Amino acid sequence: MSTATGYNFAYLDEQSKRMIRRAILKGVAIPGYQVPFGGREMPLPHGWGTGGMQVTASVIGEADKLKVIDQGADDTTNAVSIRRFFAHTAGVETTEQTAEATLIQTRHRIPERPLQADQILIYQVPIPEPLRFIEPRESETRKMHALSEYGAMQVKLYEDVARFGHIATSYDYPVMVNNRYMMDPSPIPKFDNPKMSMMPALQLFGAGFEKRIYAVPPFTQVESLDFDDHPFEVQSWDEACAICGSDHSFLDEVITDDNGSKMFVCSDTDYCRERVDQGFVGTAADLSTSEQETEQ
Amino acid sequence: MNKVIDAVQSDAGVQQALETALQQEFKEEWKDIAPLLSVRELNKFYAPGKGCGDINFDLYPGEVLGIVGESGSGKSTLLSCLSARLTPDSGNVIYNSERFGEMDLYACEESMRRVLMRSEWGIVHQHARDGLRMNVSAGANIGERLMAVGERHYGDIRAKAEEWLTAVEIDTGRIDDRPSQFSGGMQQRLQIARNLVTHPKLIFMDEPTGGLDVSVQAKLLDLLRNLVSRLGLSVIIVTHDLAVARLLAHRLMVMRRGQVVETGLTDQVLDDPQHPYTQLLVSSILQN
Ligand SMILES: Nc1ncnc2c1ncn2[C@@H]1O[C@H](COP(=O)(O)OP(=O)(O)O)[C@@H](O)[C@H]1O
Ligand SMILES: [Mg+2]
Ligand SMILES: [Zn+2]
Repeated sequence: MSTATGYNFAYLDEQSKRMIRRAILKGVAIPGYQVPFGGREMPLPHGWGTGGMQVTASVIGEADKLKVIDQGADDTTNAVSIRRFFAHTAGVETTEQTAEATLIQTRHRIPERPLQADQILIYQVPIPEPLRFIEPRESETRKMHALSEYGAMQVKLYEDVARFGHIATSYDYPVMVNNRYMMDPSPIPKFDNPKMSMMPALQLFGAGFEKRIYAVPPFTQVESLDFDDHPFEVQSWDEACAICGSDHSFLDEVITDDNGSKMFVCSDTDYCRERVDQGFVGTAADLSTSEQETEQ
Repeated sequence: MNKVIDAVQSDAGVQQALETALQQEFKEEWKDIAPLLSVRELNKFYAPGKGCGDINFDLYPGEVLGIVGESGSGKSTLLSCLSARLTPDSGNVIYNSERFGEMDLYACEESMRRVLMRSEWGIVHQHARDGLRMNVSAGANIGERLMAVGERHYGDIRAKAEEWLTAVEIDTGRIDDRPSQFSGGMQQRLQIARNLVTHPKLIFMDEPTGGLDVSVQAKLLDLLRNLVSRLGLSVIIVTHDLAVARLLAHRLMVMRRGQVVETGLTDQVLDDPQHPYTQLLVSSILQN
């Protein structure tokens, strides 16, 4: 179907969407396996999430409600552009609320609010091959996946511990999916890795530049690599969110004035807002209230 | 007189019986020792005379076999075929694996060949950059094989890496340095440590001392010889340098234009060469 704008629904032609859906189905059938697909050009430059957009365009329907986040925020240029793009080409409703969304396209975060079985999370992926850093040859990495030869991946963690005394990798932290395929979770913080495991929502990954799609079906085990004597750990903060007081979300450090004063706030802006609506407060409650007042 | 004959006969009988018994025992002992590697009718040619052909031999556990011959005679081609890196045109390479039992290298799954390469085998390349990961530390280079076979304890991996650095006479203080910061001789020694860490039974080496200074060569050879005898390794070593072969190999195979022209114990072949080509090779080394 087409919209008033003259584009095909969600921009991509139906044949391309079918081709991408086939790749998605294959990805779902083989959790963590990278499925090559004939990528299409999207009217945004690579690095803006064209892989994620192609996946979104292929699974979105008229009844969907789309949320787009970038580093946890709904209001960055990237997130706003992608949301507008689909509002325009598919005429779908958009939302900033995780709870309301049926589709969430993300760059670099998984929402703090646990996702549900009727939601789909779509990741934008810059580099889909987790073994690339140690093995530049595609023919060889394919073989390594086929034969589950993942010892080399551990080398990356070894180098971390040798150099820093602990596993310093904090983003893009490699995972094993369903005890079979080594997968790059995209540059989410390792804080989000545990959320991927046994998630009720379907997780789809689109790499536009390298033309790869992969998936983690609902309720699939996802394990982060580690050493017996250096177990996997997520980031933690001594502070709580200055706005909502959350002591369990991923925090961003923000500079609040010219004197370099700083505070920590939830990177997931919707989660933070939701908590404030529920009456939670942080140490900067006065500050944020006064800011809101001046804005209005 | 009859008594004497009887005595002699019975003595001879006893002798006979003894000998038979001894032979039997000897056979019993040897029956258990199967070749580690059996090569039958192996052929691999890129063009007539370029490659190797009609190769037949057995390698027994603990043996060091040298493959010698001038440049271009097919030594590296043969070694690649033996070490599961180059599919021959025809013929069989049978390996007696600890894990898989007797296996025909080119009839089995590739995954099995790759398991061998990171566990029961070691491959020492002429150019260290082909055998090392130049962009990760020496410790990681040694640790990789351990991690590949499932080792997941960082402390243990590091301790073993240090142990093997010491075994190849590299200061453990260099464990976090990259191989690119090492001299040529050190890179070769690191390559050896990286291979030996999983206690392989069979090592393939292609000109391991090639391109090194003479004094560095001597040190490496000395180290190799000690490791091989201490660990009871089986080795197939390719070299064009007969001095290297003399020092390391128990047995030699002399190659010329892809064919084996002479085989035998190292001293026999070098001191009393039978084939005119071997005689030429030996005399040219004597001239040096
Ligand atoms: N990949 C190849 N393609 C074509 N010819 C090759 C290839 N590799 C080796 N050769 C040729 O096969 C012959 C034997 O080479 P090689 O086994 O490397 O000899 P050696 O190790 O004894 O010097 C040489 O003539 C060489 O040029
Ligand atoms: Mg050679
Ligand atoms: Zn908050």
